[in-house]
Amino acid sequence: MRFRIRKTHVLVAAFAAALCVPAAGTSSGHGLPTSIGKGEGVLNVIEWAAYTDPGFAKPFERQTGCIIHRKDAGSSNEMVALMRSGGGGGGGQYDLVSASGDASLRLIYGGDVQPINVNLIPSWREFLPNFRSPAHNTVKGVHYGISLQWGPNTLIYNTKLVRPAPTSWGAIYSSKYKGKITVPNNPIQIADAALYLMKTQPALGIKDPYELTKPQLDAATKLLKAQKPLLKRYWNSATDEISDFKNGDVVIGAGWPYQTLQLQAAKAPIKETIPSEGATGWADTWMLAKRAPHPNCAYLWMKYVTTPQVEAKQALVFGETPVNPKACSYMDAAQKGSCAAYHLNQPLSYYNTIHFWKTPVTACGWQAGNSCMDYNAWQKAWTQVTG
Amino acid sequence: MAVDVLRTGPPGRRARLGLTAALWRRPWLKAVALLTPPLGAFLLVYVGALVVLFVSSLWTVDSFTGKVIHHWTFTNYRQIFSTADPTYLRIAGRTIGIAAAVTVTDALLAFPLAYFMARLAGRRTRALLFVMVLLPLWSSYLVRIYAWRTILAHDGAINWALNGLGLPDQNIAYTNWAMWIVFSYVWLPFMVLPVYAAVERIPDSYLEASADMGARGARTFRSIILPLVLPGLVAGSIFTFSLTLGDFITPLLVGGPSSSFIGNVVYDFIGINANVPFAAAFATVPVLVMGVYLLIARKLGAFEAL
Repeated sequence: MRFRIRKTHVLVAAFAAALCVPAAGTSSGHGLPTSIGKGEGVLNVIEWAAYTDPGFAKPFERQTGCIIHRKDAGSSNEMVALMRSGGGGGGGQYDLVSASGDASLRLIYGGDVQPINVNLIPSWREFLPNFRSPAHNTVKGVHYGISLQWGPNTLIYNTKLVRPAPTSWGAIYSSKYKGKITVPNNPIQIADAALYLMKTQPALGIKDPYELTKPQLDAATKLLKAQKPLLKRYWNSATDEISDFKNGDVVIGAGWPYQTLQLQAAKAPIKETIPSEGATGWADTWMLAKRAPHPNCAYLWMKYVTTPQVEAKQALVFGETPVNPKACSYMDAAQKGSCAAYHLNQPLSYYNTIHFWKTPVTACGWQAGNSCMDYNAWQKAWTQVTG
Repeated sequence: MAVDVLRTGPPGRRARLGLTAALWRRPWLKAVALLTPPLGAFLLVYVGALVVLFVSSLWTVDSFTGKVIHHWTFTNYRQIFSTADPTYLRIAGRTIGIAAAVTVTDALLAFPLAYFMARLAGRRTRALLFVMVLLPLWSSYLVRIYAWRTILAHDGAINWALNGLGLPDQNIAYTNWAMWIVFSYVWLPFMVLPVYAAVERIPDSYLEASADMGARGARTFRSIILPLVLPGLVAGSIFTFSLTLGDFITPLLVGGPSSSFIGNVVYDFIGINANVPFAAAFATVPVLVMGVYLLIARKLGAFEAL
């Protein structure tokens, strides 16, 4: 008898296979702790590369026994996606995420992070007032994380090829350097356009570059669409931008002090400036995942990383500015003049010129009602610009 | 006779033979045993994922909390196919257009190479050419894309050579031209191999018969070679077209300001507000395009050439 596979055989096999589908599990959250318990031995973080640099993470691991496992994210979107993988809230796998201001509110409203007790982190009282309860990580007085470091989004340029030195963001919207300009591939870049319009087209009535009404968002989108033919490309990662400046593919663009420091260290003729219109800035927060499996180690890390010594070390590794002003003397001790170079000695009024990233939501702070465009609308506008 | 062995053999052997006999008597049992693992994987991983994709594309996302709203709607599709805001149609058009351009380029490059390898080259030359065609596959796809970046960069190899010859700089880096070059390069082996197989299968007698009847090279090519190689070309084009259609890394690394592919938009939308439904809806576009493509390919006999 010849063996034949019939349709019914296949159906039987398919049914048997379907029975093997596994079921998924769930887990629950918990309230605010009043003390930090013993470390669980492991700490899983989603971080910007080098945010748990071994230079200062090794002593922490020795002191607490919490061994750090790192997952580097390339963008804010990737961070949010990682936190939402495996059913959200960090998937029961991740404990902490070093979210920037364009991601932190998304994580809060998405229910992916949990409130923390800031009283368990002594350095919190030493922070600059702007960073104790900033709008990007504190909602209605509830803290969803601990501020960490910040930096401005600066105008980076090649000193040999860009003359005279630029003083306005207008340089990246004009055709003078056509084909040699780069800006980040990030919807939050709309805020940079809005900041420029805020100063150059007051008739639009932009009060806050992150709280834009439909006509204001449309105006920013229009400006960015006009900018697109002038660009070499939208950069996707800091290393991308560094290599493009180094290769000479671009001569001017928006970036972070990190890129400038790396390029200057490589002896490239690069400088950065905060133009006359002011600048947007990012401020990062260590946030505790809703389903963090190692909350004690997470609290221990938040406590450790915000101490002045560690803040100073991280600032110099990454090229950013601490939120703890006591870090100033440690920075100067490690690298003379670095406290001033990173603007940590500035008066509080300085911080008013920096518009810190925050996730756009429909509720405007400056206008009654939900008349502002949310991040979804920003993302769609950004896709219209870049797509 | 099998029954005799069953009664007399040692216990282990008896059980094994018993199983063989049972499977022989009941073919359905054999089918279940053979097909359950692959079919299970197929259903779960493959069909299951596609079904989830289609189902979730009919949902939407609450823009405030980012949670999925399980309410059936065609909103996502309406937005993608909207002519008032042709962003997504433009991106889909670009993706399909570049995939088609890459496929045609690879076909034009692969045919003479495959023909030479199959019919003209000696054994050693052929082996050498095979190694050269397959060599790029030995290194990571990412490494090869980065290699192209350094070749095309402002101070890269091409400009260095151009400057050496006293010619002006090229500005191909970070443009759609760069994507076309890189895609054509990375997928070329997938075109060469099926075309080679098709050329090799052409019987010499056909070409001799054609020559005997007075046909010249062009006529033989048009009437004999091309129709016989076409299934191979179409089979190769399935690879080059589908691989380009689904890519999002090359646009990210060598693309310019107007180089987003369907894959990039899908990637971005999953990161933002976890808008999986919209991403799923957009991701069905390449599925549909490939469906149509495969139907045409089948008509052209590509599956016999695979």
